Amino acid sequence: MDFDYDDEQAALREAVSGLLGRAYTGEHRRTVTAAEPGFDEKTWARLAEMGVLGLPFAEDDGGMGAGPVEVAIVAEEIGRVLAPEPFVEVVVLAGGLVAAVGTPAQRGEVLAAIAEGGCVAAVAHAEPGTRWSPSARDVRATRDGDGWRLAGVKEPVVQGARADLLVVSAVLPGGGTGLFLVRPDAEGPARTGYRTHDGGRAARIELTGTPAELLGDDADADRTAAVERAQAEARIAYGHEAVGAMDTALRTTAQYLRTRKQFGVPLARFQSLTFRTADMYVSLELARSTALWATLVQDAGGDVVRAADRARLQTSRAGRHIGHEAIQLHGGIGMTAEYTIGHYTSRLTAIDHLLGDGDFALARLAAVTGGYETVDPLGAPYTGG
Amino acid sequence: MRLQLSPETAAFREEMRTFFTTQVPQEIRDTVAARRHLTRDQYVETQRVLNAAGLAVPHWPREWGGRGWTPLQRHIWHEEMQLACVPPPLAFNVSMVGPVIAAFGSQEQKERFLPPTANLDIWWCQGFSEPDAGSDLASLRTSAVRDGGDWVVNGQKTWTTLGQYADWIFCLVRTDPTAEKKQRGISFLLVPMDAPGVTLRPIELIDGGHEVNEVFFEDVRVPAENLVGEENRGWDYAKFLLGNERVGVAPVGYTKRLLAQAKRHAAEVEVDGEPLARDPLLAARIAELENELLALELTALRVVAHSADGKPHPASSVLKLRGTELQQAATELVVDIAGPLAVASGAGEGSEVPEWARVATPSYLNYRKASIYGGSNEVQRTIIAGSILGL
Repeated sequence: MDFDYDDEQAALREAVSGLLGRAYTGEHRRTVTAAEPGFDEKTWARLAEMGVLGLPFAEDDGGMGAGPVEVAIVAEEIGRVLAPEPFVEVVVLAGGLVAAVGTPAQRGEVLAAIAEGGCVAAVAHAEPGTRWSPSARDVRATRDGDGWRLAGVKEPVVQGARADLLVVSAVLPGGGTGLFLVRPDAEGPARTGYRTHDGGRAARIELTGTPAELLGDDADADRTAAVERAQAEARIAYGHEAVGAMDTALRTTAQYLRTRKQFGVPLARFQSLTFRTADMYVSLELARSTALWATLVQDAGGDVVRAADRARLQTSRAGRHIGHEAIQLHGGIGMTAEYTIGHYTSRLTAIDHLLGDGDFALARLAAVTGGYETVDPLGAPYTGG
Repeated sequence: MRLQLSPETAAFREEMRTFFTTQVPQEIRDTVAARRHLTRDQYVETQRVLNAAGLAVPHWPREWGGRGWTPLQRHIWHEEMQLACVPPPLAFNVSMVGPVIAAFGSQEQKERFLPPTANLDIWWCQGFSEPDAGSDLASLRTSAVRDGGDWVVNGQKTWTTLGQYADWIFCLVRTDPTAEKKQRGISFLLVPMDAPGVTLRPIELIDGGHEVNEVFFEDVRVPAENLVGEENRGWDYAKFLLGNERVGVAPVGYTKRLLAQAKRHAAEVEVDGEPLARDPLLAARIAELENELLALELTALRVVAHSADGKPHPASSVLKLRGTELQQAATELVVDIAGPLAVASGAGEGSEVPEWARVATPSYLNYRKASIYGGSNEVQRTIIAGSILGL
């Protein structure tokens, strides 16, 4: 058992934090998120040059062959400065699905393109009326000669309007959920993009007999488990993005208490405020431990879905606690768009509602708690207690 | 970065598990599992079994019985002991006075006290808190005045846990009332409980039990050789004693075991013919507690696995605070599972109320102490805010 980062991992963190820290100083994030596509294409290209966008993909598929720990490092650094680049959404979620289900040819084409920065791929899975389900419900796939056509509405699709490629889930003719690649060309779906509260972008995607390419080569395979697993891996990465954001929110709040004066003294002189800050630190460290553990479960081939639920429950509770307190302890300035702290709370709220919130995870954990005696985090591989 | 234990550490874990579940008398482990009070003899018997196997004082210097284990090994030792319902070696002996004597005592004191302290041939109790010195310990007033070859002690200590069983008490006493800083005039003194002038008065707690006491000192004469280390340096030794521990700060194993018991009870209690465990609200409460305990355990593991430069991991301050909160939440959960039966704490022979339900409420009330002793949770928050967040 070892929770220390090795030298290469430390170097990766330094490189990513250097790049993003320079990119997102001062007001720059607001400028970037105010304009389309809501992130900085140049920063995206630099991340590609550093190899970050191909980090978890196999070397044969044009990636770096790195593991979940490296992904976690990048996600945490993104969260630390609220970088709006959709790393988790494109690399971990969309790339993860293509890596898990795609044919060698599809993997070679799509993953290499993502890694090079030339393809922003978005997963179009959520549907109005569903709630974090791993299955498609109303979007249907029908055969059309050798190909496929999809019909129905997907929303909200993160970065759906900017995306160069959509990975779409749909109900197969024989039942079960299939996955498809949809190219937003002339025959592509109607896409209506909009801003989200956290500065990001999402879209409504309307498929009207839109041509699609089956992902993988088994037209009868139900991909629900693959979606479940990819969502779990993305939830773990989001856990680290949340830890990075919470870390900054706490540090920013502590700094504010040290410098802001009221009644003639720094706010840090008021124990009612410092005790609440101490509790924020407790929440942060417990969330950090759980996110890190889930990453190591993934790395060790354990039950990643259960581990992701555990990480999500802890980071969700911590994110709300720290997000609320960070604004409250700042007072009125924390409400302003000009000041950064509220944006951290906004992003933490978005992360919490992408792919299942804390209560969603808790319900799933509560359903199985009778099935084991104790949780043994070191039992290897972790089998779900 | 790796989750699995090394083969050696996994084997160590197995060795500990086997020892604790086979070598400690079953009756004692059953007593702990049932959350009944242990007798003095049961504490002593357990510690002697552990000591004979080299498992009572593994963290002491090697020449006094230490094992030179890594913090991770010590963590595993401690967790497996709790999971196996083995009463840990008496903290006053093995975690408090023993390490202080080993680090600061004279060679004579070490030879005289350390072997019987490890074997619980001497039962120690702690004389730190006073009626007017709780969280503000340095304002203690019990005095020791030099008179020839003796120290003469006068004053009062309180919250003396299991003092009724003790042979000796280690005290913080004021030896220099004129010192500029109140921390500077304090010494660390060893006093036999049977010395003339020492009286002990039990304090009954809200659970009806007797585990703490007041101890009064009236012109108690103690030979000068009973002072540990240097005169007026006692505060440093007390800080050493309270601050050098990073293993076993959070009662993870204890709470884990209690949660497992709670789940079994919830499966046994029927509500209108259905097991209470099927109640989704209760299941959610259990699942949330289990997850918080997991987060705490992982944080404890991060702290013990942290090898850098011997300094405690910053997150270690979280352990006592959150550890006691979760311990208390688990005791509360058991009361709520007992439901109406939780009132039957005084039921005797012939009652159909199971034993676990009878002890649930007294135990819950008793564990309100956990967030107060050993540096209250408000003191822990002060430490986090001050030393970690710079507030």
